[in-house]
Amino acid sequence: MKNFKSLALMLAFILVVGVLAACGGSNSDEEATDNSGGESSGDSGSEEVSGPVAIDGSSTVFPIMENLVYTYSQEQPEVNATVNSSGSGGGFKKSTKGEIDLSNASREIKEEEMAQAEENDVQLEPLTLAYDGLSVVVSAENDFVDQLSIEQLKQIFLDSSEATKWSDINPEWPDETIKIFSPGHDSGTFDYFNEVILEENPMKEGENTTLSEDDNVLVRGIENDPNAIGFFGYAYYAENKDALKVLGIQDGEDAEAVKPSGDTIQSGEYTPLSRPLFTYVNVNAYKEKAQVRDFVEYTLNNAGKAAEEVGYVALPDEKYQEQLDTVKSWAE
Amino acid sequence: MLGQNEQGIKKRMEGRVLLNKILMVLFFLATTVGLVFLVLLFYRVLTQGIGYLNWNFITSFPAPYPEKAGLWAGVMGSIFLMLIVAVFAVIVGVSTAIYLEEYAKQNKFTDFIRVNIQNLAGVPSIVFGLLGLTFFVYMFNFGYTLIAGGLTMALLILPVIVVSAQEAIRSVPSEIKEASYGMGASKWQTIARVILPASIPGILTGTIIALSRAIGETAPLIIVGAATAIFTLPDSLLAKYTVMPIQIYNWTGRPQEEWQYVAGAGIIVLLAILLLMNSIAVIIRNKYQRRL
Repeated sequence: MKNFKSLALMLAFILVVGVLAACGGSNSDEEATDNSGGESSGDSGSEEVSGPVAIDGSSTVFPIMENLVYTYSQEQPEVNATVNSSGSGGGFKKSTKGEIDLSNASREIKEEEMAQAEENDVQLEPLTLAYDGLSVVVSAENDFVDQLSIEQLKQIFLDSSEATKWSDINPEWPDETIKIFSPGHDSGTFDYFNEVILEENPMKEGENTTLSEDDNVLVRGIENDPNAIGFFGYAYYAENKDALKVLGIQDGEDAEAVKPSGDTIQSGEYTPLSRPLFTYVNVNAYKEKAQVRDFVEYTLNNAGKAAEEVGYVALPDEKYQEQLDTVKSWAE
Repeated sequence: MLGQNEQGIKKRMEGRVLLNKILMVLFFLATTVGLVFLVLLFYRVLTQGIGYLNWNFITSFPAPYPEKAGLWAGVMGSIFLMLIVAVFAVIVGVSTAIYLEEYAKQNKFTDFIRVNIQNLAGVPSIVFGLLGLTFFVYMFNFGYTLIAGGLTMALLILPVIVVSAQEAIRSVPSEIKEASYGMGASKWQTIARVILPASIPGILTGTIIALSRAIGETAPLIIVGAATAIFTLPDSLLAKYTVMPIQIYNWTGRPQEEWQYVAGAGIIVLLAILLLMNSIAVIIRNKYQRRL
């Protein structure tokens, strides 16, 4: 009797799981019909399209995408677009399997990710949505430093350098320990800094280095400490201009130091810390799903405005047009 | 002689009375630590968020502008998710507890299961996220959907429910159980009509604590693919969804200061729903307690 009851309990459990799994199967059919429905309703931008658009990736790019999806959903209410923000790497993990349509990234795709995509027969093509100027900042209370050269940045941030005090960088600067505030090692922002300044060498770690995935934590840390230095996206500096001082970056010995601003970032004058923000399009999804095609074209037509609204720098108009032409040629 | 003795007793008594007083003050201070921080939290959240809290905030979808942003997708997503979690975790959790307490033989294997369930309660939530990704998202092929998120969260809180249900079942006086057997009732009849009604208050308390934990969790849901911005409500178990903590987390990370206030308003709504949920459960619990 006892055995029979535990057996029945077990069977009931298996049944529940089985039914749920069966539901899973039927949904993929549903989605498939959804997609074909979207396709038949034509491919010109003005017509009504429907179906899901799945977007994931960088949290840096997220505000631009959210802005675009929000305005797009008012024009095309039948399209069900969702934006996740699991980081550039998290996005590529899904897009290289073909699970999502657009993969936002604040860095270029890595070789191993590209290989992964090829293995799964997924073709990913980057679109540049906007520029961000990675800003190196100190507290507004800091009165001795206004600009730094790339060499000095390396001295400050590289683990292999001996410099731990401001006076080690420049004898005229105070004999105080440098406090570093940096985005966490998983973020695309750190990846970019690591690539162009540190050239993939390890950054300083330990008691004088604070890492955080939340850029607002970095802002709070730097603004109260005249000996602190850190870096993050331009929007975080722009919102805290009163409390922070942005440093000019001198690229090369004879070059003049340039501070990040809308103009210097767009013109490319602020180098090497201007970085493009991407979304990688799944080309097959673009070809097969009318709603993805429509949304990608909408994105390129409106990304500049969206980027500026959320604090990034738009590309020159002709660059969006060029990309739009490229994208349209995929469908042919 | 007598006086001296009395004095000695008095002296020692004074020491004990003093110690008692000191400890009372210390215990009272310990109680206030929690209270003070709770009040501080409420104060900070209320002063920050109240300006953005209005009916529109609750009933709007996410938006790129702080004045227009809303929590509706998160509110409904969280409620649907909690329904799935509650149904699944309570049924499986209470069944497990009944089996372990009433049916299972007291041997090493049962002990092994018990210890492991208790250990499971201490496993970090992110691990459950990875578990959910492997099993529900990929193996069962649910994709990044409500049911995958719900089952993951149900697994996360299952140990808490099992352990509290076990405690509740164990605390039912054996006299009542024996009386039931004495009347000729079978084991199942005893469980259904005597043990379960008597242990429902305890089970509900555990469930409330567990669900409160689940409604505030973010990490495992990000892994099993809850969206951050979504403009539709889930219409089936296999729809995409988002939950309140994910939306709030996203707002706190924005550079513009206004978003911090929007996040504050979100936290107020989250707390209000949590309190509402708890008070419903407390009402049910009190009703059953009276009946016994």
